[in-house]
Amino acid sequence: MTQMRTQPETATTAAAEAQPVIEMRDISITFGTVRALDEVSVRLFPGEVHALMGENGAGKSTLIKALTGVYTIDSGVITIDGEQHEFHSPAASQAAGISTVYQEVNLVPNLTVAENMLLGREPRRFGSINVREMNRRARRTLLHLGIDVDPRTVLDEHPIAVQQLVAIARAVDVEAKVLILDEPTSSLDADEVEKLFTVMRRLRDEGVAIVFVSHFLDQIYEIADRMTILRNGRLVEERMVAETSQLELVRLMIGRELETLDKLDRAAPRTESETGTPVLTAVGLGRKNTLEATDLELFEGEVVGIAGLLGSGRTELARLLFGADTADTGDLTVRSHKRRLRSPRHAIDRKIAFSSEDRKAEGVVGDLTVADNMLLALQASRGWLRPIPQATRTRLVKDYIEALDIRPADPTALMRNLSGGNQQKVLLARWLITDPEVLILDEPTRGIDIGAKAQIQAKVAELAAKGMSVVFISAELEEVLRLSDRLVVMRDRRKIHEQTNDDVSVRDVLEIIAGEARGEERTDA
Amino acid sequence: MSAVTAPTGSSSASTWDRVRTFRPPNRYLPIIATAALFIGLFGVGGMRYDGLTDPQVLLSLLIDNAFLIVLGVGMTFVILTGGIDLSVGSVVALSTMIAAKTLDMGWSPYLSIVAVLATGTLLGLLMGLLIHYFDIQPFIATLAGLFLARGLTYLISVESISIKDPTFTDLAFRTVWIGDYYIRWTAIIALLTVAVAAYVLGRTRFGRTVYAIGGNEASAMLMGLRVAFTKVGVYVISGFCAALAGLLFSLYILSGNSLHAIGMELDAIAAVVIGGTLLTGGRGYVVGSLLGVLVLGIIKTLISFDGTLSSYWIRIITGVLLLAFVVVQRFATRRRA
Repeated sequence: MTQMRTQPETATTAAAEAQPVIEMRDISITFGTVRALDEVSVRLFPGEVHALMGENGAGKSTLIKALTGVYTIDSGVITIDGEQHEFHSPAASQAAGISTVYQEVNLVPNLTVAENMLLGREPRRFGSINVREMNRRARRTLLHLGIDVDPRTVLDEHPIAVQQLVAIARAVDVEAKVLILDEPTSSLDADEVEKLFTVMRRLRDEGVAIVFVSHFLDQIYEIADRMTILRNGRLVEERMVAETSQLELVRLMIGRELETLDKLDRAAPRTESETGTPVLTAVGLGRKNTLEATDLELFEGEVVGIAGLLGSGRTELARLLFGADTADTGDLTVRSHKRRLRSPRHAIDRKIAFSSEDRKAEGVVGDLTVADNMLLALQASRGWLRPIPQATRTRLVKDYIEALDIRPADPTALMRNLSGGNQQKVLLARWLITDPEVLILDEPTRGIDIGAKAQIQAKVAELAAKGMSVVFISAELEEVLRLSDRLVVMRDRRKIHEQTNDDVSVRDVLEIIAGEARGEERTDA
Repeated sequence: MSAVTAPTGSSSASTWDRVRTFRPPNRYLPIIATAALFIGLFGVGGMRYDGLTDPQVLLSLLIDNAFLIVLGVGMTFVILTGGIDLSVGSVVALSTMIAAKTLDMGWSPYLSIVAVLATGTLLGLLMGLLIHYFDIQPFIATLAGLFLARGLTYLISVESISIKDPTFTDLAFRTVWIGDYYIRWTAIIALLTVAVAAYVLGRTRFGRTVYAIGGNEASAMLMGLRVAFTKVGVYVISGFCAALAGLLFSLYILSGNSLHAIGMELDAIAAVVIGGTLLTGGRGYVVGSLLGVLVLGIIKTLISFDGTLSSYWIRIITGVLLLAFVVVQRFATRRRA
């Protein structure tokens, strides 16, 4: 904050004469004893994409919610077009021209696309909603944004990406001065992101100020003009994107050099481990409509990375290995005993652990403490009649909080108050406590910040070095390639490729996935 | 029946093509299923028992179930938001009792009607406020309402009080003739309630907000909709409908009694569910609830026509139907997901 005041607009010579459409000055918000935002200032200019950068828990979401009226600010000033405003509800903020699209699509699945866009401001005639006019208006807005969707269809008939675009269409329809996009890309594939960016550019050129939050640095560099960097609830700096290198940005965000990331690259061992008997062997493992028969071998101390697009069957394979879904075909051999995994419970007993990709729905128990969340799996495998001794509990929890650098380092903190990255670490701890031989991680680093990501990656490498077999699934190919000793590529619900990871590049993997696609087209023709 | 015939026989070929290739959207499937079930039951009954083909049977169904239709309407609002209102049966009893008692005391029948409607609405408001502002589960809040209203009924009188007021009895027996067939005012009021509710749910902001809350309450809030107003509002509507149903019921039975309408809230919930409304909220139509009531009614009629089956079978068949519909809904929603 002080930096900004003492050397203002070092980077804004071009926009020096432009007035910010919104200026937030010295905003503070406190939850209980936690200072979520500490005198943060942000300026949004019309016709600019403004990236809000920071690790999880840096205060990005809180800042957005302060601007959208979900949280009331304790101190500070928000001015819109030079006029001071106070927001006590989302409706008030919307009325002032601020529209928001959240990470999870915040629409109602059971109503039509048109209704979702216009709910609360439908065109009316004599008090009743004019459906025809509503559909017409919706169609016009969708057309304007280049989104090809019939406004009369029900929202949940569409894929998430389309729903996300509809959410943006809703936000745009209010003639928003400011459009806030909070992680809109986390569930989109590359094509869909491109579509979103097209829409964003169009809006930006029309003079809308866009706030963009994303964990993907490449996306920031592709679309954003200006950025504000936050750390631990404080303002670090405002920068022009073009004048800041990625390395510099990351340093500003995490406030320390990239040692953790560098260390990982050295630590990850690429050992030839295909000797001895595999810990786990799957032969022809498959499930109707979910996964075609798949073979997989896991050896001690190796990380097997599974690469593939969303819907390629990577998650489905993981669920079969863990018994979360039962396989129709094929055999699973664990430590040379043939096993049928009928439930996760069986899998846990065989020392297999699985951390689901859906952290919120299938992992975190928000109302329990960090300690309870950590001990859940161990307690379940012991059975509820054999409580874990208090001393053991305390020791385990303390160890893992330290080992994984979980913050706040408070075993009694409620899980839902933790940031995404820290929640993920607690979930990792939950499974590590059961002392598994096979650890299946499905998207363990999705939606979490670089620092936590690096820590989790380092931990995975370390565990493998100690002899654990890890299945690592991630949509981020770089991450899969960096960590894994062996690479499995999936597509269209089956395994299409497997190889030792000897400096395979992202490009190679993409070509494997794409090549398969071309091959299929040929056979079709 | 003539009023029910659909506008068929179109002028142009393109319209015919549209009719021919018409596929109803998925969201109407449950309602179509209920309608088909009703027509099927009616057809089967018509084949077995001669008397059942008389259109008067249909009108009598409406007359005999007028109060349940109104209850179903109120319940539909609540269930569409994902809530439940268990108090309505007791409110019906309380309403009959207030009407009977006030008339017995010599109040004007209009004043008496106002008193009944005000009481029901107020109870609804109270529960709605509790549910929204104190974040109490609808099940618990309305369970408390159930006991409260039933208790108040006993407080007014433990004995049954009969209604002899001329305005009431006149309204109860006054018939409207449609050709050779008749219908009573109670049924007309019930149908009007359905029409108004269908309009409110389909074409007003309040109504669409009801659906939005049922779809995703947090989203509705973030979309800047009037969630608090609407959530309280549906319980007010349900309370009002329960009081109105109580009035219709007192016209039907012409007495106030603390033992009236025990378990009627469950009939109302059953009718709404059979009518295709999802208990988790967000999907359903009042017309479905009307059809649900009619399905329950026709089962009752069929069994009384049969004469050999005991009335327990009504309950058993209702139970089976309810289960079947919930299972069907489960499948319908799972496929979408």
